[in-house]
Amino acid sequence: MKTIGYIIQKEFRQIFRNKAMLPIIFIMPLFQLIILSNAATFDVKNIKFSYIDHDHSAMSRALIEKFNTSSYFNVITDFPSAALANSAMLSGEVDVILEIPQHFERDLAKDKYAPLGITINAIDGAAAGIENVYISQIIQGFNRNIRPELMQQGQASNLMKSINTIPLFWYNETLNYKTFMVPGILVLLVTMITLFLSGMNIVREKEIGTLEQINVTPIKKSQFIIGKLFPFWVIGLALLSVGLIIAKLIFDVPMLGSLVLMYGYTSVYILVILGIGLFISNFTDTQQQAMFISWFFIVIFILMSGLFTPIESMPKWAQTITDFNPIKYFVQVMRMVMLKGSSLTDIMPQLLKTLAFAVIMNGLAVWSYRKTS
Amino acid sequence: MLQINTVSITISNISKSYKKVNALTDISFEVKEGELFGLIGPDGAGKTTLFRILTTLLFADQGDATVAGYDVVKDYKQIRNSVGYMPGKFSLYQDMTVKENLNFFATIFGTTIEENYELIRDIYVQIEPFKKRRAGKLSGGMKQKLALCCALIHKPKVLFLDEPTTGVDPVSRKEFWEMLKRLQQKGITILVSTPYMDEAALCDRIAFIQEGKILEIDTPQAIVKHYPKPLYNVKANNMYALIQGLKAYEHHYSVYPFGEFVHYTDKRTDFDSSDLNAFLESQGLKDITIEPTAPTIEDTFMELAK
Repeated sequence: MKTIGYIIQKEFRQIFRNKAMLPIIFIMPLFQLIILSNAATFDVKNIKFSYIDHDHSAMSRALIEKFNTSSYFNVITDFPSAALANSAMLSGEVDVILEIPQHFERDLAKDKYAPLGITINAIDGAAAGIENVYISQIIQGFNRNIRPELMQQGQASNLMKSINTIPLFWYNETLNYKTFMVPGILVLLVTMITLFLSGMNIVREKEIGTLEQINVTPIKKSQFIIGKLFPFWVIGLALLSVGLIIAKLIFDVPMLGSLVLMYGYTSVYILVILGIGLFISNFTDTQQQAMFISWFFIVIFILMSGLFTPIESMPKWAQTITDFNPIKYFVQVMRMVMLKGSSLTDIMPQLLKTLAFAVIMNGLAVWSYRKTS
Repeated sequence: MLQINTVSITISNISKSYKKVNALTDISFEVKEGELFGLIGPDGAGKTTLFRILTTLLFADQGDATVAGYDVVKDYKQIRNSVGYMPGKFSLYQDMTVKENLNFFATIFGTTIEENYELIRDIYVQIEPFKKRRAGKLSGGMKQKLALCCALIHKPKVLFLDEPTTGVDPVSRKEFWEMLKRLQQKGITILVSTPYMDEAALCDRIAFIQEGKILEIDTPQAIVKHYPKPLYNVKANNMYALIQGLKAYEHHYSVYPFGEFVHYTDKRTDFDSSDLNAFLESQGLKDITIEPTAPTIEDTFMELAK
């Protein structure tokens, strides 16, 4: 016990003595949290909208006016011909081209039907999909507005009852992306910092040769490992605390659930990450190798965590892989507890899986750590 | 309780290879308790590998070894309690102070500085004025002293020192060997490796090791007697021309520069110095002296390693 205590003391001393390390541990992640949470939004705004109006009627102008008043679209310009519009799209000046055919107004009045041409720049597929939804919504709204007008001209019997949906967004009523992103990005930061630090720590002792010196001492494997990893467990929780304070003060993210639950889950979760870090450092000889391998895992974990892309839309095999991604559970739990106020029973499945990972990873790590080469 | 002439380290038929390279081939020798035993050989001879096997960091492919009566494989736990190891590379925490390093190693050995202060006092007093300085900021000689203190803090029975003086200035080297002699007086068995032949003379016994094989084991005084030929100091006005000249001499056996002289041996048993003198003069050399000299450990090693 005294030995473990001394190793922990020594680790903290070394961390706080390393002038470059403290800012890396605390300042950088917080900058990331503030910048990323503001920047990483899925809102598509300022869409560069253009149109080709072949009709020049009151109806076509009313439609264009609809787009003009929408906050999502910047009406850039109108083009006299499709060819000019297409070359503008090619050079990236416009994102969307709306083509209103000749006799648009007349056809609508006569046949109650008129085609519209929409061209969307789908270089960014996700944004194009969202733009399509916005455009459809505006046109549908336009459609609803003009219907009574058209019907007045006689065929009242054809008046259709349209179905109107009013969505309610639970747990994030205003669809505020920051509310959605901050807990997720906080998760990433806690994960990245603890994985990198723990992964490189023991390798560093290998590099400077102190590990060999320690290996000839009678110190027990468990004493050494606990002494080494405990400080990073503390740092992970400290990072969570600072992140939560920022989430509350700067982003005003709702925190409905219990803080105890958040800390309880995080303390188990960090054990998983520390286990992975130790495992990596057992199989690498230099900090550089450890860094690259950690990055490899982090990138896969992040992109498959459901933070940026919904897991439900991944192919089946990829969904199976995400079952083994601890970050996924952490993101889920943080969002559930913070935004939904979930209780211990609600997060029990995630907690149990995380606990299982913690046992397995640390078991593997301790087993693969050798004092003898 | 110092027992004289009991065995402290036994090594029998140890072999170790890394993939295709044979680091150690069938090594056997014994080190007596309280002995200062030197392992002399060039870089890459297998010295560090042998140290790593004896300190339980590495398993040998073949053979057995015991340290302080414990088997290096079965009783590794006891060995780790009873040996001190100073690796060749300085491997203490550079970002911790002298005192913190010493405290750290004392703690993980389950002891305190005070408990074994007696043993390290001579060495520690020299670095004590700098005890608040970070280890990374110490001079080379100071680092060695600190590393030795850390290796001694748990009062080991056997001390392993892997090239402790490589890269250390001559004054610190001399001091370091004086410290080793004093530790030996306290009954600690010391196995030290060095590439420096002058340090070999300070050991009780030495083993020449090259390419994983032991060439010779004996006391430094006896080992020079293994030198097979009469040896001559040759000197002239131009060192480079002298070496070239001696190598051109048809009867030469070995020619090695040695300080201001060239150490020369002849193939013939009836060597005549006047004949060589005449030959060298014909090569345009002046002020030639040729006189017999006693072989040194270095000469012996060079001869054995031939």
